[in-house]
Amino acid sequence: MKTMKNKITAVFKKFIDGDFDIEAKEIKVKPEIKSEHKEQSMKERYLIWHDNHGVHSFKTIYAGCSIFVCVTLAVILLYTVSYLPAYGNPLNPANNEVSDRYTEFGLEETGAVNTVAGMILDYRAFDTFGESAVLFVAASIVMMLLKKDEKKRSKHLEDHSRDPIIKHIAQVIVPCLLIFGVYLVLNGHLSPGGGFSGGAVMGAGLILYSSAFGYRKASKVITDKLLRNIVFVSFCFYAVAKGYSFFTGANHIPTGIPLGTAGNIISSGLILPLNIAVGLIVTCTMYSFYALFNKGEI
Amino acid sequence: MPFVANFPFACILITMVCGIVSSVLKSKNAYRLNIFAASVCFALSLMLLLFMINEPTSITYMMGHYPAPWGNEIRFGPLEALLATIFCFIMLSSLIAGRKDAFIDIKESKINTFCLMMNLLLSSILALIYTNDLFTAYVFIEINTLSACALVMAKGNGRSISSAFRYLIMSLLGSGLFLLSIILLYSVTGHLLMPNIYESVQILIATNEYMVPLTVIIGFAVTGIAVKSALFPFHTWLSFAYESSTCAASSILSGIVSKAYIILLIKIFYRVIGFENIVALKINNVLFVLGAIAMIAGSISAIKETKIKRIVAQSSVSQIGYIFVAMGLGTQAGMIAAVLHMIVHALTKSMLFSASCGLIAASDQKKKLKNLKGAAYRNPIAGIGFVIGALSMIGIPFFAGFASKYYIATASISSPEKMGVLLALIAVSTVLNAIYYVKVISVIYNKKDSDTKRVSSGNMYILGMTMFIVANLSLGIFYQPIVDIITIGLQLF
Repeated sequence: MKTMKNKITAVFKKFIDGDFDIEAKEIKVKPEIKSEHKEQSMKERYLIWHDNHGVHSFKTIYAGCSIFVCVTLAVILLYTVSYLPAYGNPLNPANNEVSDRYTEFGLEETGAVNTVAGMILDYRAFDTFGESAVLFVAASIVMMLLKKDEKKRSKHLEDHSRDPIIKHIAQVIVPCLLIFGVYLVLNGHLSPGGGFSGGAVMGAGLILYSSAFGYRKASKVITDKLLRNIVFVSFCFYAVAKGYSFFTGANHIPTGIPLGTAGNIISSGLILPLNIAVGLIVTCTMYSFYALFNKGEI
Repeated sequence: MPFVANFPFACILITMVCGIVSSVLKSKNAYRLNIFAASVCFALSLMLLLFMINEPTSITYMMGHYPAPWGNEIRFGPLEALLATIFCFIMLSSLIAGRKDAFIDIKESKINTFCLMMNLLLSSILALIYTNDLFTAYVFIEINTLSACALVMAKGNGRSISSAFRYLIMSLLGSGLFLLSIILLYSVTGHLLMPNIYESVQILIATNEYMVPLTVIIGFAVTGIAVKSALFPFHTWLSFAYESSTCAASSILSGIVSKAYIILLIKIFYRVIGFENIVALKINNVLFVLGAIAMIAGSISAIKETKIKRIVAQSSVSQIGYIFVAMGLGTQAGMIAAVLHMIVHALTKSMLFSASCGLIAASDQKKKLKNLKGAAYRNPIAGIGFVIGALSMIGIPFFAGFASKYYIATASISSPEKMGVLLALIAVSTVLNAIYYVKVISVIYNKKDSDTKRVSSGNMYILGMTMFIVANLSLGIFYQPIVDIITIGLQLF
């Protein structure tokens, strides 16, 4: 009885001192079991089973559980979809006064022929501001995670001579891609396209250039600092322009930005410059993703 | 419209712009700018709060030239102003207290990205507090998720990257479920703006139409947010993420990031679905049960832990359980208690994390509890902060935690069938809390065979901890005005 009490006090003292580690097992050298027959207790048998089969059966259980969760989720979603309003029905709840105003007065109010551009960059510009911030954050995180230190950089990245076929085709395609991207961005308020899609096309052009002509040639023109500054300037412009527009809108002050004639290149107020800003952000983000994942530097 | 109504939008914009600017600055200036942005936001939110106390109103602020269902809008009343003020304060004090640690833990070349993430995190939390539109909420959830993961991995060692990966996966699961619920909700109601959805949902429930999608929507939204705010079965990422990040990051993650999602959930309950419908669908009972398990399970796992930061992190699981239990009562009184406990936990837990970082820094960066013997003598202010935080979390009178536990207990009178269970839970959980917090206190004040020579912790750290301590003590004594603001705020919500 007394030894028991002493033991408990010792454990308690250890616990108070912070030495007590419940999960750490005491390592003891087990005396070899002599030939005498001893029945194993339930716990010992479990421990032996756990050591031999534990990891293996855990994997099976894990796989089984994940399949179960996925299938359940899929079944729930399919079941739900069958109760949703039919696709394309004009009486659906989604066809209400909100979309009516966009289609009927969108051109008049925003000056953009492309209603989508008017919607994302004028009616709901706050959401788009958030979206471009997401891109910016993503690019910065990749930079933070993958960028190598100055010292660790390999001085001579192997720039083996590229395939001439790729080089020649890229010579033709890259300028076309870049011009097409610029066209998509500048015509974003007039025709399908805009900052996000145009920026993606331009980014693809830069990536093709870099992979066809080698990293060295590309990094002479497109430097880390350049990309950073472009993104910085365009994002600041976006924030300031939209801040001005939100502030005036909420306080019912006219902006004083002319909408121009619908259909002209220079029209629809802030949408064109905002499209250019978004396009530049997307281009730089795409290229820096490629460069960082490929080489760990720009 | 009064001029102060511009402040919430100004706070969001200022933090965004400061974040962008800090991405091109040098490390020290970036950190300074970050502190500046947080203090400006704190000042502006405080002015808004003072205005709201004088004339409690709910203001709708148009983001742009088009009114709500077409354009974006934000909406705020006393409750939003109060939460924004407290969250900005926590951000500011954690940044000040964690400065030295951040410069030790994070590479010099990465500090400016760290500051960018902090700023964007603050702006996304403010946007989540103020938003009146579900899609805007989703966009800012994305920013919040990414920047929070970046803060965890900012340290750059293997452990923090693997924790960030766990956090990222769970967090993305939560965002995905939330996005699915928004999509389904849009297709049955045709709206994204909260008041408009509310009207449509009332009609749908009255006519008993689309009940299956509606149930799935509520289930997905609640599960998604529960994953992100670390409710019991989804809490596994929490202790790893909080343990392995740097001091300021873990204070902020534990203090305000998980709370922002709970605020969003309260918003969905009140403004999107309607609280009486939630009670009628018995969603609150699910939250009550999960919260109750969390209260006990979190405390038990905290007793088992041997590292100080993990003890504090596991205690978060149990405290988040308290918040959900109070919400699960399904009454107005329960919701008031939940919001109060949220504020108390945000202030206290961020202080506890800052304090434990100070204790670790005073013991040669050793994290295990047994190496922290006498650490409170080496860094006295961290020791005082830890004791105050621990007493508050246990629920000793005159500390902040007592007020909120008292309110949760009295709120249980409003729902008699849960009263017995809740009171028993609070009693058991309080004892469990006391076990591990008293253990830590007795270790850090253990003079026997330990070095008690003072280690300098820097003026910034002392300033930040003092701000935390003053805020906690004053909240513990003057909680009544805060409760009044919450009550008015929830009526105007």
